[in-house]
Amino acid sequence: MMQRHSHLYGVMGEFGTPEELLQAVEKVRAAGYHRFDAFAPFPVEGLSEALGLKRNLVPAITLLGGLAGGIGGFFFQYWAAAITYPLNIGGRPLNSWPAFIPVTFELTILGASFAAVFGMLALNKLPQPNHPIFNAHRFTHASSDRFFVCIESKDPKFRLEEVSRLLQNVHAHHITEVSLD
Amino acid sequence: MSDGKPPADSPEIRRLTPVIGPGHTFGSVTDKISSIVLTRPTSLGWYVGFLIAFSLMGMMTVAIGWLIIKGVGIWGINIPIGWGFAIVNFVWWIGIGHAGTLISAILFLLNQKWRTSINRFAEAMTLFAVACAGIFPLIHTGRPWMAFYMFPYPSTMGLWPQFRSPLIWDVFAVSTYGTVSLMFWFVGLLPDLATLRDRAIQKPMKIIYGTLAMGWRGSARHWHRYQSAYLLLAGLATPLVLSVHTVVSFDFAVAIVPGWHTTIFPPYFVAGAIYSGFAMVLTIAIPLRKVYGLEDFITMRHLDNMAKVMLATGLIVAYGYFFEFFLSLYSGNKFDVFLVQQRLHGPYAPFYYALILCNILTPQLLWSYKLRHNVAVLFIMSIVVNMGMWLERFVIVVISLTRDFVPSAWGRYSPTVWDWATFIGTIGMFVTLLFLFVRVLPAISIAEMRELVAETSEEEK
Repeated sequence: MMQRHSHLYGVMGEFGTPEELLQAVEKVRAAGYHRFDAFAPFPVEGLSEALGLKRNLVPAITLLGGLAGGIGGFFFQYWAAAITYPLNIGGRPLNSWPAFIPVTFELTILGASFAAVFGMLALNKLPQPNHPIFNAHRFTHASSDRFFVCIESKDPKFRLEEVSRLLQNVHAHHITEVSLD
Repeated sequence: MSDGKPPADSPEIRRLTPVIGPGHTFGSVTDKISSIVLTRPTSLGWYVGFLIAFSLMGMMTVAIGWLIIKGVGIWGINIPIGWGFAIVNFVWWIGIGHAGTLISAILFLLNQKWRTSINRFAEAMTLFAVACAGIFPLIHTGRPWMAFYMFPYPSTMGLWPQFRSPLIWDVFAVSTYGTVSLMFWFVGLLPDLATLRDRAIQKPMKIIYGTLAMGWRGSARHWHRYQSAYLLLAGLATPLVLSVHTVVSFDFAVAIVPGWHTTIFPPYFVAGAIYSGFAMVLTIAIPLRKVYGLEDFITMRHLDNMAKVMLATGLIVAYGYFFEFFLSLYSGNKFDVFLVQQRLHGPYAPFYYALILCNILTPQLLWSYKLRHNVAVLFIMSIVVNMGMWLERFVIVVISLTRDFVPSAWGRYSPTVWDWATFIGTIGMFVTLLFLFVRVLPAISIAEMRELVAETSEEEK
């Protein structure tokens, strides 16, 4: 099975509207495929649910980044102002924590933002300069006005004829085989 | 609603003025916006405008070069006015940046659809304004090559920054603001960079946009995480933008100088920042939509809404002025009372009255529906407000510093030609960056416009 389609990344169907895409995704999922993906030029409402995507890790990573920035930022200031470089100014307390809050706040935001952006990119495995899907001729439209569903040949249920028929049944405008190279 | 059309000027019709012109599809918005960057030939007007702005930026470079050779003595600052133009301009520029973040983050969280076509260039405006702002404290240090002293780094002398100082808070607030704004902007650009990569014809363009797009392919799994990240960034940028001008106001409010030492400063600075920022967005949006024919995307509804935000924040600022005035008198503190008298009758009183005229009186015209829908009036008004907000910072910095506690510490301030050259030069730098931006990146978010097309076509069904 895998041998027969070793040159093939998958089969891709093209759609004209977000509604058609959603229907197609639901049907493909109902047919029991797992290794497939949808492509859209903008975030289509309901697409994540149609694909059955669960909650993602970005919020958790962002929280960790924010905590690291905030806690690290506060104790760094404490360490700098009270331990390693203490200045006795009229006997005022060295750990003058209210004065450390603005920088702590800014570093919390900075840490969380870095975590959100780089976490999102890392989970999406970006940057990734090349991907087999770009071999499909019409895929340039995925970034302007067309929607695509691609069923990967790695899916255990993958049979070329069946997949093509399924995409025909959901009224894909074009059906293309996407080669690996 | 169903029977009998409401009169043409009714609130109903106004509310329904679309945020996007009729008849647009995913393809047409993509074509229209990306063609400005990819296929439209660079016009003569662009070259002329760019040349003027770039010359002004050159003037700034000369002024800064001379400053580095001679020192800050070439400016009009001296004791007791150590701050002068540098701080006035810094606060003015930082404030202008705030509207970009407000539009991109706060209006996003509030689900305001009309933000879509203005958020990209408003965010660009934020970045460029922060860049202009950053120059001033840097060169005001006198020895800008030592500016890294302000950052905590393990020096051989074992020195650390004084974290109790508002000036260090400022370093952290402004640099965090610049960094987060850049990331927010870049994340928003990512799908559009992919569009440009796919539509570019020349090989070098394909390579440059392709590198920046990092292989974005619009996968639903990617969008899923992308939306989480974007929403979180909006949620993080919202308190950040409020904190930045709060910290800037701490530079004043934490000091004991009369006219600075008040608790009203943080909210009143934030409102003023948004006020001047929206004015600047209008100043940019009005020519932009005209020159590039974007009236379908930046509609009268946008201009009207921005004018309303200006009016509302302008009223908050007016409230701030009133309470600053009232509390000085009510406190009975003789230095504060004296300062109010100086604002009204002192040597810089004309600036104070000009400020009241620009910031409080003129914007009241925006109550009129007709004037809000007159593009020329809005454009002039936006410039008047920007001048007013600059005067506000001038009044705060100069009057307080020239008239503090004892007459022996009084003085006068007048800027030199180098002050003006640096200030006007940063305007040139700002405009230069904007000119480059509209030529190389989509000035309106294409992906979000497609989303808007999908939403509006759904509503019509």
